Amino acid sequence: MATKQRLRRTMMFIPGNNPGMMRDAHIYGSDSIMFDLEDAVSMAEKDAARLLVFNAIKTIDYGDTEVVVRINPLNTPYGKADIEAMVVAGAHVLRMPKTETAEDITECEAYIAEMEKKHGIPVGKTLMMAAIEGALGVINAYKIATASDRLIGIAIGAEDYCANLKANRTKSGIELQLARETIVVAARAAGIDALDTVFSDVNDEEQLIYEATLVKEMGFDGKSVINPRQIGPVHKVFAPTEKEIEKAKRIIAALKEAEAKGSGVISLNGKMVDRPVVIRAERTIELAIASGVLLPEEVE
Amino acid sequence: MELISKGRAGTLESGDICVVVEKTDDAGIVIDLDSSVASLFGREIKEVIKKTVNDHGFKGGVKVTATDKGALNCTIEARVTAALYRAAESTEFSWK
Repeated sequence: MATKQRLRRTMMFIPGNNPGMMRDAHIYGSDSIMFDLEDAVSMAEKDAARLLVFNAIKTIDYGDTEVVVRINPLNTPYGKADIEAMVVAGAHVLRMPKTETAEDITECEAYIAEMEKKHGIPVGKTLMMAAIEGALGVINAYKIATASDRLIGIAIGAEDYCANLKANRTKSGIELQLARETIVVAARAAGIDALDTVFSDVNDEEQLIYEATLVKEMGFDGKSVINPRQIGPVHKVFAPTEKEIEKAKRIIAALKEAEAKGSGVISLNGKMVDRPVVIRAERTIELAIASGVLLPEEVE
Repeated sequence: MELISKGRAGTLESGDICVVVEKTDDAGIVIDLDSSVASLFGREIKEVIKKTVNDHGFKGGVKVTATDKGALNCTIEARVTAALYRAAESTEFSWK
């Protein structure tokens, strides 16, 4: 089911014209899977990939995994057909590539709504996310992030962004710093998720862990991955530490105690606990349970 | 929809099926199948191909040559449909 608020530590890219990978895309445990109809599919295969992804979503039970489809931009000959097919198939989220302005989102949203009406689907059911892959998109990040109630998050696409910026990818990620900071701030201001780019060398786990740690510390909700081998290390990075979990449990217990007393003020060890601290504690508990380091019954 | 040329879709990768659709003078739907799982699923694969061709309004005069590499039914349907539309040189697909 499409849900705006959920865990999105990992979103695994699946090429839209590869049925072998589509069959078992969900068994590796990423929070989301993203079928790619855009860059991973050659122009000659767009029609076949669209049919393949359409049938896969309609037929295969992907369980609790969020199903995202990266569509082609609306200004290409494929964008409208991608939207109609994926709305009808029941994709949870449509990912808009190369988003530069709020209008890119509102135009897509209008066409999604038109297709939902045409096919008798409740208007608003199909959620959206925006990938920001250029300098203009970064400048407009907040306007993009607030352009539609359907948006679940904004993501940075590093390769196109760096090409546009005339910068090279580096190990430190200095070239992405402003874009990452802007995207996470825009996402937080809009109340949606911030999702980091892929790391494409599947054999370099050390650098993957470095990038995942960096973006976690910056405030991102998760990172895109391109191979099942990358899921475990990213989930491990996003899993809270034992110390963080213990602190969060004490805060949640204090919250429950205050609620039981009918008190609006939460206090822990004689200090007042602010609402943002409670929100962070709830998120820590949610992440800890999802990461398998805490059982739901362990939360008092 | 009318078949104009030969339409091909799919690959020979694991989990896929490569399908070629063309016109034939034969009355029925002629299926030439080569599958790595033919002994177990050959009949079912042919049924899926035939049903997909029928569902697009063809009752006969269609030859399908397919090389299967363990494709799911939903993949077989997608590849046959893509090959049919390519053979018909049509993009007017009705999503439902």
